[in-house]
Amino acid sequence: MDATLLLMQGLNGLQLGVMLFLMAAGLTLVFGVMNLINLSHGSLYMMGAYLAASLQQQTGSFLWAILLAVPATLAVGMVVEVVTLRKLYDRDHLDQVLATYGLILFFNELVRMVWGPQARFMALPEALSHSVVLFPGMRYPAYRLVIIGVGLGVGGLLFWLIHHTRLGMLIRAGASNREMVNALGVNIKVLYTVVFGLGAALAGLAGMMAGPILSIEVGMGEPVLILAFIVVVIGGIGSIKGAFVAAVLVGLVDTFGRVLLPAGVSSMSICILMAGMLCWRPKGLFPAHG
Amino acid sequence: MKRTGLGILAVAAWVLSSGLPCHAADAIKIGYIATMSGPGASLGTDILDGFKLGIKHCGDKLGGLPVEVIVGDDQLKPEIGVQVATRMLEKDKVDMVTGIVFSNVMMAVAKPITDQGVFLISANAGPSPLAGAQCLPNLFTVSWQNDQTHEAMGKYLQDKGVKRLYLMAPDYQAGKDAMAGFKHSFKGEIVAEVFTKINQPDYAAELAQLRAAKPDAVFCFYPGGMGINFIKQYAQAGLKEEIPLYTTAFTLDQSVLQAMGDAALGLMNASFWSPDLDNPVNKKFVADFKAAYGRLPSLFAAQGYDAALLIDSGVRAVGGNLNEKDKLRDAFKKADFQSVRGKFKFNNNHFPIQDFYIRQVVKNEEGVLTNKIVAKAFTDHADAYCDQCPMK
Repeated sequence: MDATLLLMQGLNGLQLGVMLFLMAAGLTLVFGVMNLINLSHGSLYMMGAYLAASLQQQTGSFLWAILLAVPATLAVGMVVEVVTLRKLYDRDHLDQVLATYGLILFFNELVRMVWGPQARFMALPEALSHSVVLFPGMRYPAYRLVIIGVGLGVGGLLFWLIHHTRLGMLIRAGASNREMVNALGVNIKVLYTVVFGLGAALAGLAGMMAGPILSIEVGMGEPVLILAFIVVVIGGIGSIKGAFVAAVLVGLVDTFGRVLLPAGVSSMSICILMAGMLCWRPKGLFPAHG
Repeated sequence: MKRTGLGILAVAAWVLSSGLPCHAADAIKIGYIATMSGPGASLGTDILDGFKLGIKHCGDKLGGLPVEVIVGDDQLKPEIGVQVATRMLEKDKVDMVTGIVFSNVMMAVAKPITDQGVFLISANAGPSPLAGAQCLPNLFTVSWQNDQTHEAMGKYLQDKGVKRLYLMAPDYQAGKDAMAGFKHSFKGEIVAEVFTKINQPDYAAELAQLRAAKPDAVFCFYPGGMGINFIKQYAQAGLKEEIPLYTTAFTLDQSVLQAMGDAALGLMNASFWSPDLDNPVNKKFVADFKAAYGRLPSLFAAQGYDAALLIDSGVRAVGGNLNEKDKLRDAFKKADFQSVRGKFKFNNNHFPIQDFYIRQVVKNEEGVLTNKIVAKAFTDHADAYCDQCPMK
């Protein structure tokens, strides 16, 4: 493998990692702060993609579709939290898994009823639909560079939100000691709704960014969800920093695994990474709960 | 114990004697088993829509009998398919079963259904074992044998003189069958044969490797959503202008083209059918399908339509007497109906002998992406397994 190809695959790994980070950030927040295992996170990813595709058809603009679909998925997430998940916080994880698995089935059939069984299309803006020459002999799809940019930007924004704002302080406090936050008079119900909405919006954003690359179809969230869970486990539950580092790590390992290893082994490479990480650091790279 | 046994025998004898009247049935019950939920649902829906249109064109009857269609969802799981089939056979007492989108479901249900003396008309899946040594007298496949379509593209590229080819497919049975079928007729150099994980969403890494290998052309098989991902990413990487991409109708069928957009424009694929195939039956089918469902039919819808016409022809030939199994089988074997693909006949293994075409994705006058025939790859093409089938 020559240097150009190596760099190219590095960029591919980074881009995959950044997409995974958008998914995993919401998941790790919800898991860490609310102690809720949310299997329906992938459904919110799918909802984000479908909403953006429809909005793009209505408005004719990719940017407007994203700007409108993010608050829309935030709202969907908040409604889901208020209507169903609120009743599950005191239950054990198995009940949560069961209920949120039910949500996956619900959203899949909902999408099929509203949008039909055929996959939807989301066009790229003309300026981003081609590949750019980074330097002689190396072309890279322009849109994937945008994804890397958006992912890094959102990562920075989240880092600031978590570490330099009052909301972030509450989220961090909630992740470390739920009862104490409640005892100090913080309205934990509202905090939970906000955190879940935020997680939903992040998942939705990941879905929207994936829309032009991938097929927007029923069940598109499930394969990504599994990778996102692996990222959360490796990064440490509840840690945004951990999710970022782990997502990029998983993106790179998956990409180079697929390129360098035979087919049978490469599909295991991420699981081997996770198993190794669990032996070395059972709580993940940057655990939020001390 | 003995007495109950005798009792059952008596009841069975009575049921048999009264249940085998030598006159025509007053209705025909058809079980439709397909994947109707989840990501694979669009194929099952398309076949059913085509099947229903076929019934409508036969005067809302099949072979002169009023039709009741019972729809069952196999959820793309063989064991669920068997459950649904058993329920249809025992509770609903269906006269025939059709549908069956995926080969793994087909392999599980084919014997349980046909062992009961019930005819199974496959409207899609055509796995090689059932075309070869394990062929079944009561199974008729109205679509194709899995390998055939890929063989057509292999022949086309062989004739075109393409030398160095790069192969890509998902790592599962149908992907492997596709590549094997392709290699039956393509004899040039295979630069690499890459199998990706099934339902893998992103192909950036594989596409970078592909570009570095500098092949003359690429042949791929990515049905459904995987194809949408692959084709879009292939175009976005700028590869479409650099290395020609060839595939089969399953990657570029009507149900996925709109979701691919211009990324699919101009791509070549092999198929036994195309919406522009020039015969009166097909013209009527395409026009009426569009009027009824508001979209162009896919090849899957065409298969569903032909399944209805085949059943109609068989039932008509035996005068609606569904218990005349041997006569019905002979009638099916004749395939005495006007197919949307033009001429059509069954081989000894009850799989089709048919022509294959090379199509290109174009925009029609309304700006909708669709396929157009540009060449013919095979005339009267039989599958590679018919010799292994003991049926004559």
